[in-house]
Amino acid sequence: MSGYILKRLVSAIPVLLGISIIVFLIMSLIPGDPATAILGSYATPENVEKLNRDLGLDQPLVMRYFIWLGNILTGDFGRSYSLNRPVIDEVLERFNATLVLAGTAFVLCSILGILAGVASAARQYGLTDKVITFVVLIGISVPSFFLGMMMILTFAVNLRWLPVSGMYAIYGGGDLPDLLNHLIMPALALAAVATGVIARLSRSAMLEVLRQDFIRTARAKGVSETRVIMGHALRAAMVSIIPVLGIQAGFVLSGAVYIEIVFQWPGVGRMLVDAILTRDLLLVQGGVVFVAACYVLFNIAVDVAQSLLDPRIRT
Amino acid sequence: MTVFLGLLFRNRLAAIGAVVFSIILVSVLIAPLLPLQDPDATATADRFQRPFTEGHLLGTDHLGRDLLSRLLHGTRLSLGVGVLAAVAAATIGSAVGIVAGYFGGRIDNLIMRGVDMLMAFPYILLALAIVAALGPGLMNALIAVAAVNVPFFARNIRGVTVGLAGREFIDAARLAGMGHARIILTELLPNVLPVIIIAMSTTVGWMILETAGLSFLGLGSQPPQADLGSMLGEARSALISHPHTSIVPGIMIFLIVMSINLLGDGVRDALDPRLRSGALSRPRAMTLVDRKGAVPTATTDLLAIQDLHTQFHVGRRIYRAVGGVSLSVQPGECLGLVGESGSGKSVTALSVMGLVASPPGVIAGGAVRFQGEDLIGARYERLRRMRGDRVAYIFQDPLSTLHPLYRVGTQLAEAIQAHHRLSRTEARTRALALLKDVRIPNPEARIDNYPHEMSGGMRQRIGIAMALANEPDVIIADEPTTALDVTVQAQILALLDDLRRDRGLAIIFITHDFGVVAQLCDRIAVMYAGRIVEQGPTRAVLDAPAHPYTKRLIACVPELGGGQRALAAIPGLPPVVDDLPPGCVFAPRCDKARQGCRDGEITLAGSGPRAVRCLYPEEVI
Repeated sequence: MSGYILKRLVSAIPVLLGISIIVFLIMSLIPGDPATAILGSYATPENVEKLNRDLGLDQPLVMRYFIWLGNILTGDFGRSYSLNRPVIDEVLERFNATLVLAGTAFVLCSILGILAGVASAARQYGLTDKVITFVVLIGISVPSFFLGMMMILTFAVNLRWLPVSGMYAIYGGGDLPDLLNHLIMPALALAAVATGVIARLSRSAMLEVLRQDFIRTARAKGVSETRVIMGHALRAAMVSIIPVLGIQAGFVLSGAVYIEIVFQWPGVGRMLVDAILTRDLLLVQGGVVFVAACYVLFNIAVDVAQSLLDPRIRT
Repeated sequence: MTVFLGLLFRNRLAAIGAVVFSIILVSVLIAPLLPLQDPDATATADRFQRPFTEGHLLGTDHLGRDLLSRLLHGTRLSLGVGVLAAVAAATIGSAVGIVAGYFGGRIDNLIMRGVDMLMAFPYILLALAIVAALGPGLMNALIAVAAVNVPFFARNIRGVTVGLAGREFIDAARLAGMGHARIILTELLPNVLPVIIIAMSTTVGWMILETAGLSFLGLGSQPPQADLGSMLGEARSALISHPHTSIVPGIMIFLIVMSINLLGDGVRDALDPRLRSGALSRPRAMTLVDRKGAVPTATTDLLAIQDLHTQFHVGRRIYRAVGGVSLSVQPGECLGLVGESGSGKSVTALSVMGLVASPPGVIAGGAVRFQGEDLIGARYERLRRMRGDRVAYIFQDPLSTLHPLYRVGTQLAEAIQAHHRLSRTEARTRALALLKDVRIPNPEARIDNYPHEMSGGMRQRIGIAMALANEPDVIIADEPTTALDVTVQAQILALLDDLRRDRGLAIIFITHDFGVVAQLCDRIAVMYAGRIVEQGPTRAVLDAPAHPYTKRLIACVPELGGGQRALAAIPGLPPVVDDLPPGCVFAPRCDKARQGCRDGEITLAGSGPRAVRCLYPEEVI
């Protein structure tokens, strides 16, 4: 098992390098002189030249890549000029908030989606199935940012059940119940689309598995129907559900950008959008590389989970 | 194509999607012709007018601009940008995919590695990086969205191209001296185009949503130009005080995405033939029962199948897989059920415990009695308690009938625990004993194997051990040795024979192999087209088959050491059981069929245990 994990980790190295190259190349697409972009058009030529030298920008592209790679490998992502602090500090702080939001949404969409899919498959063509199918159709069609806005209108403004936005109350908050209170709406809004996608997939995976011979064997043994569905069938269906969970995690992470804007959540997505609007490119670059690398590692965890479930992969 | 469209529109939801989408499309196309106000004309005096006010059907926004006009122009822009992004992504992605797939080798490897890297990003990070580099703006958002979707097209189209590149017509084009560019454009592209178009139709909604999303973030269209996303983004600051400015563009995005989703689902369903045949429905926990006519009265047999009718209802057709079968077994007896594939023997066996897949299976008449108790009319929970406990099954092909993700020991223990309150360790001890009973070598190690780690013969023994787990009274073995080689088959048969003699077990043995029947069974019943055509003691039937079908079936068996002789295959195929002819069902394939064979019901008649369903039997019984 540990051999398999090691193998997957090693295979991630070229992917991570590839990501760094892609981000670096995109960033080097920036028209004009990066130092001027950073310092603004009123910068003196001396300052521009000095910054270019300091950042190693007078070197050829390949050299610049290796300098930059060496820097980020030692944790030096540069300095954010708009926030005047090291990029890595800001990214780590913001990523924490995103992790809370996206992580909760991911757990929610996995559990709700799979349960809805299983219930739908077990009651195929019944009322439960029809209701779930309808709700799922709506769920995957509402853009998450619009859903978030409508939730704010309904639950925060009209019903006054939940806070409008933010991660903690400004006065007297800061504890776990306060966080959860602020987390409910954005997490649900973020989970909605992925829940629908996972529910659909789980339903068809379950229907596929329920027709297999080994389900008939389980029934012929006299195993209870609950165990047949939640044990035998779901376990086999998970083999095709888990890879989709990995893909959906990427979509949840992407959707977090919108949700963070709508709910004023202090996460990395909002940071990136602000950084783009203020042209704080080192912050964008650092944030993108960091989050993409985390996503690659997360997908390795998904692969490992898959191999734990399915002994046929390990060999 | 017309068939496809027919299927698409039979799907009511897809039709709704098509109608909604067409309405939106037409209204944005004719928007410039409509008597609308200038979408960018500000009138601060009229700001935040509510919907349905004079002159502003949907009200006005924070600058007093007419929302209806802005909505239609914004939708026009959003749809246009989304479609353009889709076309761009499809063109570039397909070009990359075709080149990779056509040239293969190192070029393919290099390109696909790059594509994998791009796909390792959560899509928005890549889009944000591109927008960051190029600067905010609608055109740059379009480029970002298209770029993010290029890998998707590249990968799909490469897959299709690889399949095509090896085909003869490409080789022929090459031999004809055509250049690479010409082969790609004239030979490959026309064949790949339908796939590109389908992939595009499934992603265009997504790209409309993505560009709207970037505009919502303020990274797409810049004021005063507005698409749906930036309308929603601008309205967000007035969400609480004037929600209608948000709701109007929001609902429009929702309608567009939903109608495209509905259409896409419809296209997918129409292209997937499995959905039409109902093959995707799941079997219920027990077979549906819809019995017509009287239920036969109880007998003293251990297990009795009485005038059983099992049907498959597919659409309007009814397949009578089992048409009135009666069988019985006593303790310690082995009954062989013989017939060609499709003769209804497995369906008969599965009907006993309500295991026929349903839908489409329906038990339409008769009874199955275990010690006199009717199982067909039994409630699910009663049936479940009997399954595996009193009547157990051994199935064909244990690789597909054992759960691939559970260890065999767990599967055995589960069979026991389904009927007995036992601790985990007790169940495991019992499972170990069962493995020894079926002579699995080295059971202590084997108990923790997964099915795929075992040989076919070993897996079949696991199947038998599972059937024995609760010491049942009856075992129904459905071709348990068909998938095995002869030496293993002989061992398994010997094992079953011992068990029956030692434990007084009754066995119903289903097979198409007369050799196996002769070795194991006391009595046999021969099935054809859902009916029993002949039955009797094994030796009597084998030595003097009375029904022409039995005789021909036995003649099909090659005999070892019998020298070379012509094997007499039976011409024709068994009939399809949805529309059986009157009279003898074998008559069309029978060389002895006469006038009377084709009209009227022929009964299963005979003396004592021997019976035959034939007017002109080969032997008098």
